[in-house]
Amino acid sequence: MKELMKGNEALAEAAVRAGCRFFFGYPITPQTEISEYLARRMPGVGGVFLQAESEVAAINMVYGAAGAGARVMTSSSGPGISLKQEGVSYLAGAELPCVIVNIMRGGPGLGGIQPSQSDYFQATRGGGHGDYRLPVLAPGNVQEMVDLTGLAFDLADEYRSPVYILGDGAVGQMMEAVELPPDCSAGPAKSWAANGCRGRGKNVITSFFMEAADLERHNLKLQEKYRLISSRETRGEGYLTEDAEVLVVAFGTTARIAKAAVKAARAGGVAAGLFRPVTLWPFPAEQLQQAASRAGAVLTVEMNYGQMVEDVRLALQCRLPVHFYGRGGGMVPYAGDICNQIMGLGGDDHGYCGVKPA
Amino acid sequence: MGIAVSSRPETLTGAGFHYCPGCSHGLVHRLVAEVIDELGLRESTVGVASVGCSVTAYNYFNLDMQQAAHGRAPAVATGIKRVLPDRLVFTYQGDGDLASIGLAETIHAASRGEKITVIFINNANYGMTGGQLAPTTLPGQTTSTSPAGRDVGSMGHPIRMVELLAALDGPAYLARVSTHNPAQVVKARRAVKRAFEAQLKGLGFSLVEVLSACPTNWGLKPAEAMKWLEKNMLPYYPAGEFRVAEGV
Repeated sequence: MKELMKGNEALAEAAVRAGCRFFFGYPITPQTEISEYLARRMPGVGGVFLQAESEVAAINMVYGAAGAGARVMTSSSGPGISLKQEGVSYLAGAELPCVIVNIMRGGPGLGGIQPSQSDYFQATRGGGHGDYRLPVLAPGNVQEMVDLTGLAFDLADEYRSPVYILGDGAVGQMMEAVELPPDCSAGPAKSWAANGCRGRGKNVITSFFMEAADLERHNLKLQEKYRLISSRETRGEGYLTEDAEVLVVAFGTTARIAKAAVKAARAGGVAAGLFRPVTLWPFPAEQLQQAASRAGAVLTVEMNYGQMVEDVRLALQCRLPVHFYGRGGGMVPYAGDICNQIMGLGGDDHGYCGVKPA
Repeated sequence: MGIAVSSRPETLTGAGFHYCPGCSHGLVHRLVAEVIDELGLRESTVGVASVGCSVTAYNYFNLDMQQAAHGRAPAVATGIKRVLPDRLVFTYQGDGDLASIGLAETIHAASRGEKITVIFINNANYGMTGGQLAPTTLPGQTTSTSPAGRDVGSMGHPIRMVELLAALDGPAYLARVSTHNPAQVVKARRAVKRAFEAQLKGLGFSLVEVLSACPTNWGLKPAEAMKWLEKNMLPYYPAGEFRVAEGV
């Protein structure tokens, strides 16, 4: 049976059902419902909700809990995610599994509280210091806030890595009917956890390597893991791509709006299609190439001023003109405006040839 | 046939300490290890190393450990203890780590009455980076970033951490001890044990500040450093128990 739930609350419930019993967070709009929901929910399942004194403390509590072997989550929005970056880098370096939710709002600085996608670079390029990558999952609706949360915990444990859920204020705040999964276990046994060395040698959780040769070896091990994740975990979704002459590429809430624009463009005579990356890192380059195989032009639409478009261009390797349309600062693009952009690239009246990339 | 009057605690690995001659870290490591042995808790203890000279304390303690970011050890220990409430959880931190960059984590863990124990090494400077001004550097004390001595008018005053924390309701046990002579070392060991017992009894946060020598960065020989500690640090940082909750 489906339930009507707010995106943030659906995500929080999905975390509980994925076996997460530890949450450390700090209030910030537009994700505070996650904390509020778990403050109510965790005691009933024997879990811990703790409001930390800061975002920095919260992510380090996550580090401790993850190192002790628990399924653990924190959530925030842009300014708070920036504060967490030190801890995220340590989590990546020490190979600790956890889930970090960023319900994006407009920036830079304190920015605003309206939906945005302007933390794409921060999430997909690591964000903190050092060479690392983290899987980044981008939910496009409330059901995916649920489904990708379960996936995030599984990926975190499988690869011993923090995993980002990169939502935005719209998908966090909207209400939709969702199907919730049954409760599952707390994840696999973790023989590496530092939880008391009874009956075994001691376990140490660290990202510190004094000798350069040792640190290089550690980095190469991480890079091998990232290659493995890249080869196995890309996810994307196509919509009307088979005959698309103009392919729109968008993620999250923007993809949903772009879908309406694609329908309108088709009604107006332009064979448009949509490709939606679900994993932003690893970026689904091959799926995108496949979706764009018959297209003459690509239009990337984002709630920022051009971040994912760089990955789109890398994936398509300059074989197609890649255009960009974006709104930022918390402004959400209208389907009609996206449709106009599409119409400017395709169809009898315009044609994509000769149109300069944005 | 000789009689062994001392042997290595099981809680120490036996790896040679990398600490400078006359540094108090090795001594304090041993005190912590002896107490854990005495309590029989080596296999159910999780330690947290911090950033500073003791960053690789996990090479010396023969138990499960996590290495924390600079100043974050009390937050990391909070995460560990909430997952494993029946384990003994302790952090081992220096003055820059605990009283400067990690002040918020320290105060809030104490304020929450987090059932962890903090071993706080106060040697009045940043040791690992070569002896810079710390929050605990004494007025007038020369360091590499206070070359003319600490001017409290522009650099502020030292922080007496135990007294600061004693203003909170969360701590169950707060003590300051010293390492400048054997009698003080015996007292230090007793304080570490009481701090662990406060945690094990579920009474709240516990912290032991250990006044420690840093001969290398102080520019003194080991024996001189102990005398300097006694003469200069003890008057500013008086030893004693500042909080002993009922039941400790």
